[in-house]
Amino acid sequence: MNNLNIWEQFMQQAEMRWSEVIEATSVHIQLVFFSMLIAIVLGIGLGILITRVPQLSTVVLGGAGIMQTIPSLALLGFMIPIFGIGVNTAIAALFLYSLLPIIRNTYTGIKDVNKATVEAAKGMGMTSLQVLLKVELPLAIPMIMAGVRTAAVINVGTATLAAFIGAGGLGDFIFLGITRGIDGLILLGAIPAAMLAIILEIFFTYLERWTTPEGLK
Amino acid sequence: MIKFEQVSKVYTDGFKAVDSVNFEVPEGEFLVLIGPSGSGKSTTMKMINRMIPHTNGTISIDGTDIKKLNPSELRRNIGYVIQQIGLFPHYTIEKNIAIVPELKGWDKEKIKTRVRELLKMVDLDPDIYASRYPKELSGGQQQRVGVARALASDPRVLLMDEPFGALDPITRDQLQDQIISLQRKLKKTIVFVTHDMDEALKLGDRIAIMKDGNLLQIDTPEKILLEPASTFVEDFIGKDRIIQNPELMPVVSVMTTKVVTSVLDRSPEKALLKMRQEKITSLIIEDEQDDTFVGLISAYELIKKVSSIQSIEEILIVPEHTLTDKASAKDAIMMMPNVKYGVIPVLNEAKKVVGIVTRGTLLTALSSQWTELEGINE
Repeated sequence: MNNLNIWEQFMQQAEMRWSEVIEATSVHIQLVFFSMLIAIVLGIGLGILITRVPQLSTVVLGGAGIMQTIPSLALLGFMIPIFGIGVNTAIAALFLYSLLPIIRNTYTGIKDVNKATVEAAKGMGMTSLQVLLKVELPLAIPMIMAGVRTAAVINVGTATLAAFIGAGGLGDFIFLGITRGIDGLILLGAIPAAMLAIILEIFFTYLERWTTPEGLK
Repeated sequence: MIKFEQVSKVYTDGFKAVDSVNFEVPEGEFLVLIGPSGSGKSTTMKMINRMIPHTNGTISIDGTDIKKLNPSELRRNIGYVIQQIGLFPHYTIEKNIAIVPELKGWDKEKIKTRVRELLKMVDLDPDIYASRYPKELSGGQQQRVGVARALASDPRVLLMDEPFGALDPITRDQLQDQIISLQRKLKKTIVFVTHDMDEALKLGDRIAIMKDGNLLQIDTPEKILLEPASTFVEDFIGKDRIIQNPELMPVVSVMTTKVVTSVLDRSPEKALLKMRQEKITSLIIEDEQDDTFVGLISAYELIKKVSSIQSIEEILIVPEHTLTDKASAKDAIMMMPNVKYGVIPVLNEAKKVVGIVTRGTLLTALSSQWTELEGINE
């Protein structure tokens, strides 16, 4: 087997394991999807919160920043004592890892809304909630979506490491390929993961464009 | 309608932005707040709709203390225009104008008609502009929309914070004229903040001059110009202001009260002698019984015809152009080129002559303003 070149190895492995690839891809997507879902909900929520309670902004942004500085593999390791081995741990770690870009972009997006627009909104008698929902969030959407996109793309890459803590996903093939010394097997995990990242990037770019209010384009 | 009683704004660090201000704005008045930056004029205005909460005293609208009202509710009933305009970039012009009516829950049809009506009112064609976005409009057009938006729910009070300050001079002038004509129609109670004295003189029914959080003087433009309450006010309005604004200068300040009068029943010779003695070129003729103005005799005519006429009545001129004592210096200036013999009699309500304006008196009055100016510069 070792005298095959890398492309032939890849084709051979793909033929042998295509159903496993599909399953791993679906696990991978689930890891990304659920961790992102929680990160989006909590990240936007926290981002809004720290624009309302500025005293919290240093703590929240600092905390999320620290998460980001922890090497991804180490973060996955930290989670094992809490959530055990498997999917939950991976989702928790990926979620923490995706939080910073979303919080930060939500925060800056809202902060960057033109002061005059907000003053006019208040001056016309909008309540604080109306200002948030009708003015600040719509105008911050492009920025927030950019944060989500960044987080999602990083997330797809990081999710390959989930295999190391037994959560499965496309990282399984990479892990296996490395330990067995089969380069083709590494590609079998890496190529779908890269494609997933590209597809997500394109998807979010369109979503960003689609959610940007008409008058801002 | 709007009443300030001992109103102060003291920040937590002890800084007094506004210091015990008292004034009242009657219904339908256009009040301009003016002063150098940091004088508290904007703060004073923004306390009315509670954008800035006041710390002491009472502000009331129609007798209701605004602290007792819900701030959002209060603001929905007060139009608000700011210098940076603050249109919602993600809303069309139509939606921008509809904001307050929508907050108030008007029905869709009513809002639509109202928006069209408002756009027409500020000279923007609804068919062209209603569906556009703010960034597609020029600064002047945007502020027109800003004014329309503030008027949307037909509030009785309008607050304007240097609304035309960021516009070019020509656009600013147009919008000032527009707001004057709108005000004439709509009779809103307007509180308008500016740092531009010309704007204040042009727009204000009354002008309130502020400095360091204190209200120095609140008066009509004429009063402020002619009777400044303090040297600061005088310096702030500038000495040359009155020459630039002759419409604010009463005609009585450019006329002479040294009027030589006569009755019609006087011989031409005697009349001529009198005019020579007094060194005047026109003699004002009054009615024998009630001293009302009849006409005037020109010295030039009299000299030409003195030997050929029996009575001065034959050369009596009944001028088409006279002014009342309520008129302004500008009226006199405008009238002067059309006046024969260069004399405009100024009459009071009883039709009696209180003075005359001649080219000479106009020149003397205006040049004395200039010389005062020179004196200050030295």
